[in-house]
Amino acid sequence: MELLDAVLLARIQFAFTIAFHIIFPGLSIGLAAYLAVLEGLWLKTGKSVYLAAFKYWLKIFSIIFGMGVVSGVVMSYQIGTNWSVFSDKTGPVLGPLMGYEVLSAFFLEAGFLGVMLFGMNKVGKGLHFFATVMVSIGTLMSAFWILSVNSWMQTPTGYAINEVGQFIVADWFEVIFNPSFPYRLAHMTTAAFLSTAFLVGGVGAWHLFKARKKGERNEVARLMFSMAMWMAALVAPLQLLIGDLHGLNTLEHQPAKVAAMEGNYHTQKGAPLYLFGLPNSETETVDYAIKIPKAASFILTHDPDGELVGLDQFPKDEWPNVPIVFWSFRLMLAIGMGMIAIGFWSLYLRARKKLYDSPMLLRVAIVFAPSGIIATLAGWFVTEVGRQPYTVYGLLKTADSASPLDAPAVATSLLAFMLVYFIVFGAGVWYTMRLMGKRPSQVIEVDDDSQTTVFLSNRVASKSDGTADGKKGRVTND
Amino acid sequence: MIDSMTIASSGIDYAMIWAGLIAFAVLAYIILDGFDLGIGILFPFIKSKTDQETAMNSVAPIWDGNETWLVLGGGGLFAVFPLAYAVIMPALYMPIIVMLLGLIFRGVAFEFHWRTKNSQDWWDRGFFLGSLVATLCQGIALGALVQGITVADRAYAGGWWDWLTPFSITTGIALAVGYVLLGATWLNMKTTGELQKQSVQFAKIAAWLTLLFIGIISLWMVFIEQQYLHRWFDAPNLYYLIIVPLAVLFCGFQLLNGLRKGRENSPFFYAIGLFVLSYIGILISFYPNLVPPSITIWQAAAPDDSLKFLLVGAVALLPIIIGYTAYAYWVFRGKVKADEAYH
Ligand code: HDD
Ligand code: HEM
Ligand code: HEM
Repeated sequence: MELLDAVLLARIQFAFTIAFHIIFPGLSIGLAAYLAVLEGLWLKTGKSVYLAAFKYWLKIFSIIFGMGVVSGVVMSYQIGTNWSVFSDKTGPVLGPLMGYEVLSAFFLEAGFLGVMLFGMNKVGKGLHFFATVMVSIGTLMSAFWILSVNSWMQTPTGYAINEVGQFIVADWFEVIFNPSFPYRLAHMTTAAFLSTAFLVGGVGAWHLFKARKKGERNEVARLMFSMAMWMAALVAPLQLLIGDLHGLNTLEHQPAKVAAMEGNYHTQKGAPLYLFGLPNSETETVDYAIKIPKAASFILTHDPDGELVGLDQFPKDEWPNVPIVFWSFRLMLAIGMGMIAIGFWSLYLRARKKLYDSPMLLRVAIVFAPSGIIATLAGWFVTEVGRQPYTVYGLLKTADSASPLDAPAVATSLLAFMLVYFIVFGAGVWYTMRLMGKRPSQVIEVDDDSQTTVFLSNRVASKSDGTADGKKGRVTND
Repeated sequence: MIDSMTIASSGIDYAMIWAGLIAFAVLAYIILDGFDLGIGILFPFIKSKTDQETAMNSVAPIWDGNETWLVLGGGGLFAVFPLAYAVIMPALYMPIIVMLLGLIFRGVAFEFHWRTKNSQDWWDRGFFLGSLVATLCQGIALGALVQGITVADRAYAGGWWDWLTPFSITTGIALAVGYVLLGATWLNMKTTGELQKQSVQFAKIAAWLTLLFIGIISLWMVFIEQQYLHRWFDAPNLYYLIIVPLAVLFCGFQLLNGLRKGRENSPFFYAIGLFVLSYIGILISFYPNLVPPSITIWQAAAPDDSLKFLLVGAVALLPIIIGYTAYAYWVFRGKVKADEAYH
């Protein structure tokens, strides 16, 4: 039963649960920041569009955040249940970092979340804004610590090993700011912002599309779309730059991973960039390849004839799964390029004052709504599969990290997780989509100075609390 | 077996400080999440739908903060007692996984309840069952830990069903009864009208049962391990420790009395008193072990460097955390009203 040993099952279980988890934090980080920006703009300008957008996304945020919390609690215990040897060995190094995450991030988020979600009528506007900002800072601190943990596993530094075989700390600064951490932190945070921007942009585009058909003008949807397109134009190219630097860093510390990403089996000068191909680790070739000659060498060494280390430099039993790494990497890149293209397209239309009028761009933006999340998952697959067969790179093998568990115990829990996750998070995603399908209340600013607002949407206008006027500050949620 | 080396070399016993802090985090968890899990267990027994929603709303703004203490307990164990974490988690594999699944259902219910009409009943059932199952698993895990965990070579060496015994099942039920007591006295404090009346009824029953279970488990414990017996009944310990059961009786009396007299706040705090005392009782029995019967606090501890590094953060941040948590409770003080839902 080679195929279903306990270690493999534990890996599948970890990959499954964390892949679900990362979807929610990715959006929580971005949405919390977006909400803080919206609320800040509302307080500053008093314009009710900002408040309308804020309230719209607050509800969605609360569902997504809730799912992030429950899936995260699972993660923090799973390290012990499934990877107990890993826990014992890395605890002295990684434990305190996670401890800091709990103390500086999780409590901060949870402490102010209640005020953010339910406190609009209970505290002043300023304090409410403060709560929103604290939640946002909490999500970013969380990213800081957990990515430091993950990066240390990829590029361990600042450690020693004690007499019982545990990793212990020689230098905390080197542990926390290990070589790949700055890149991973920048890349993942940007990924979170982009994922959120494209989700918001897609939802905005959807409602613009529908409003267009009815000949209406929806200010809130316009705001969402416009803000998202600014992100695409400015941040997506930045992500390319960060990703490139991240790749160079990986080349330095984990050359086998980069070789797998490039499908580069043989050490060579002037290595090609494969646009398409089926890496075959048996024959050590990339079949059906479409390639750009010398491009990989050029990107990674800035010299078309530079030498790239191939997988042949590493023992074959230490190769990662090449096709998964190769294809996940290409998927991420393709999405990244697509995002950049959309950003430029939007700039072009914006300059001609036609940003909201191109049905083509709206359609593409709708299609791209989940793209950031997909790219994030693909990126993590590159990173995690690419570092196999190690959990602590070069030092602790995955096979030596697992708990002394019997396969049936892990298989049962894996099945239970799958069932529960698909039901619960499936329903959650469905409810989120339903909320996103609801039209954001339409607002037309007749006169900015006098704060007169006219609501077109019946649903809002008929409600007594529909006068979501920035000046009053009292907001009743519908 | 106190490792005199550790103490001699640094002067400060960091492992002991951390044992205290983790114990505090776990206690904070038990009390705080205890009352909101208790409300989940009571949920289907609350008569009207409006009252059910009021009960749910009374904890909706704070449950996440409450549950974070569980993450601190687990994460803290990983950080400062990695060996204990590495042994306990596989040993209690099943109750812990099932608890996590239970917590998923009850956690999402706070949101999902408001997001659907057609399947609302299902998420309400999930809220109830999730709370109940998570509670039973926590109690079972505690019972299994009290009974002791087989260890060899820095790893769990027992079987897959070791955790399942009559004793652990009893502790599971006892914890559920205790959480119901916390939840009912919380509702008594936070609500009015019919719901409050019903809560007092629940609280009275739960109070008697909780006292009964405290008695049963205390007596049962001393037969499980010689160490527990000697700890409590050898002179001179007996003379000091007798104060614990006396205090339990006092809290129990005040609790029942308060409920009878229609007090709104004090029963909740006497119920907490019962939890604190039972918890202290368990700590007294365990000491100096972290994983009975064989791993002591000092054996399980990470090197002093790691303990010190995190202690700096804990000392600086815990007061702040307690401060803003208190603020959040303050914002939502007073009685919850039915129409106050944010949705
Ligand atoms: C880059 C970001 C990121 C990554 C890679 C991870 N998380 Fe996460 N996590 C968050 C960002 C985050 C967050 C944004 O901070 C969340 C989402 C919702 C929330 O409450 O906080 C969160 C929630 C969250 C919670 C619940 C906190 C609470 O009770 O409020 C726990 C216990 C964890 N996570 C633990 C983990 C573990 C053990 C991970 C990896 C093995 C992990 N997370 C990966
Ligand atoms: C959040 C997004 C993440 C995703 C989607 C992800 C994905 C994966 C995948 C696919 C695997 C299996 C790799 C394989 O078996 O070939 C894995 C393994 C693992 N990852 Fe991650 N990972 C993520 C983040 C993290 C983080 C932040 C940590 C640090 C705590 C981490 C620690 C591990 C460990 C301990 C394993 C198990 C051992 C292993 O197979 O390497 N992962 N992850
Ligand atoms: C457009 C050009 C991009 C390049 C050149 C790039 C490059 C890379 C590289 C080389 C890695 C692997 C790092 C390692 O494991 O050592 C990586 C990982 C990752 N990528 Fe990208 N990426 C790009 C776009 C994106 C986009 C658009 C997203 C999401 C919106 C994204 C999300 C991620 C994530 C979440 C990871 C895993 C975490 C990490 O290791 O940083 N990437 N990327």
